[in-house]
Amino acid sequence: MDDSRPIFIQIAEQVENDIIEGTLAEDAQIPSINEFAAFYRINPATALKGVNRLVDDGIVSKRRGIGMFVTPGARARLIERRRADFATLYLRPLIVEAEKLGIDVDELAGLLRAERIES
Amino acid sequence: MTRTVVRASGLTKRYGTFTAVDAVDFTLEEHRIYGLLGRNGAGKTTIMQMLTGQLFPNDGELEVFGRTPAEHADVLRRMCFIAESQRYPEDFTPAHVFTSAPWFFENWDAAFAEQLMSDFRLPVKRRIKKLSRGQLSAVGVIVGLASRAELTFFDEPYLGLDAVARHVFYDRLLADYAEHPRTIVLSTHLIDEVSRLLEHVILIDQGRIILNRDADEVRGSATTVAGARAAVESFVADRAVIGQEALGGLASVTIDGRLDQRDRILAAELGLELAPVSLQQLIVHLTGTELDADSTEQEVAA
Repeated sequence: MDDSRPIFIQIAEQVENDIIEGTLAEDAQIPSINEFAAFYRINPATALKGVNRLVDDGIVSKRRGIGMFVTPGARARLIERRRADFATLYLRPLIVEAEKLGIDVDELAGLLRAERIES
Repeated sequence: MTRTVVRASGLTKRYGTFTAVDAVDFTLEEHRIYGLLGRNGAGKTTIMQMLTGQLFPNDGELEVFGRTPAEHADVLRRMCFIAESQRYPEDFTPAHVFTSAPWFFENWDAAFAEQLMSDFRLPVKRRIKKLSRGQLSAVGVIVGLASRAELTFFDEPYLGLDAVARHVFYDRLLADYAEHPRTIVLSTHLIDEVSRLLEHVILIDQGRIILNRDADEVRGSATTVAGARAAVESFVADRAVIGQEALGGLASVTIDGRLDQRDRILAAELGLELAPVSLQQLIVHLTGTELDADSTEQEVAA
């Protein structure tokens, strides 16, 4: 959690990450509002807002009286959305910094490949 | 539908020619945690003392649970006010305080109080006079939590409490609030520490409310832009500037208003650094003008 962005958005993103990484399987139950609040030391209203955002996006669904569960197909939809944002969020800053340092596209591609082999 | 617990309009308190609280309007809604923030002498305690019937306003309307608080026992019984320095009778021990608390607070939970005493490692049989500053604060915090009053005020409750004890306070407050929702007003200087507990922020400066907003709206509502002066100036040209500093050809300007993805890309292309402004930094920006004046005066005096 950082203080630069609304906490409820960060809560929603954290759950999305867990779904993408598979920590939270489809149909798995997500923590309750009070569990989120206690774990992140945040106001329960903030946690509720974060979870409601996921509900509105169809990422999790409410089962009345039981809790919140990851919607089937949520992972594929999240990945699709993240891929759409990949260029603006990651490539753009990379290109700006590369230009600043005089690294052209071919050299950049070479660096990416080398980094990938190392890791 | 949430219920309004406190309704203040034009609320004013004067001491002679000094206006401590200057015609403030606000409401407090049921079951929320509010941060009442501001510098020393801003008027926070005065407002809380009027709400709890300890001071009479000079002007304006004030309703707490639908009535004027002062001298209405039925209203006062539903509130708990923990002052920065609680005073207790001579020879009192914490045990005395906790034994008498149920006389004043109908929702008092003795088992919860017992639990908190051990969480804070409070020596309950020791005379209050002999307690350390932090232990004295713990007594107030325990009363404030275990009283479960519908409207609870914590006015700088943790003078002398160490970091561990403060986190115990935050954890117990959140857990108990989740189980027993109530309206809580936290007044504190440790803004960064509590900012995530707050649902709503009211910022007071020189007796006036200068910000009254949802905490999540405030977070990320300001950004500091730093880089070459010309680039910074062109980037902030049409925006609301709330603070600026310059060093040679470099400038650092804090602007109000959220940045979107396009702004971020533009900033990156101009070679500007964007840094988030925490609630505490924002408050320093919004209430800092006097601080500069004060320090200049002190320098002149020295």
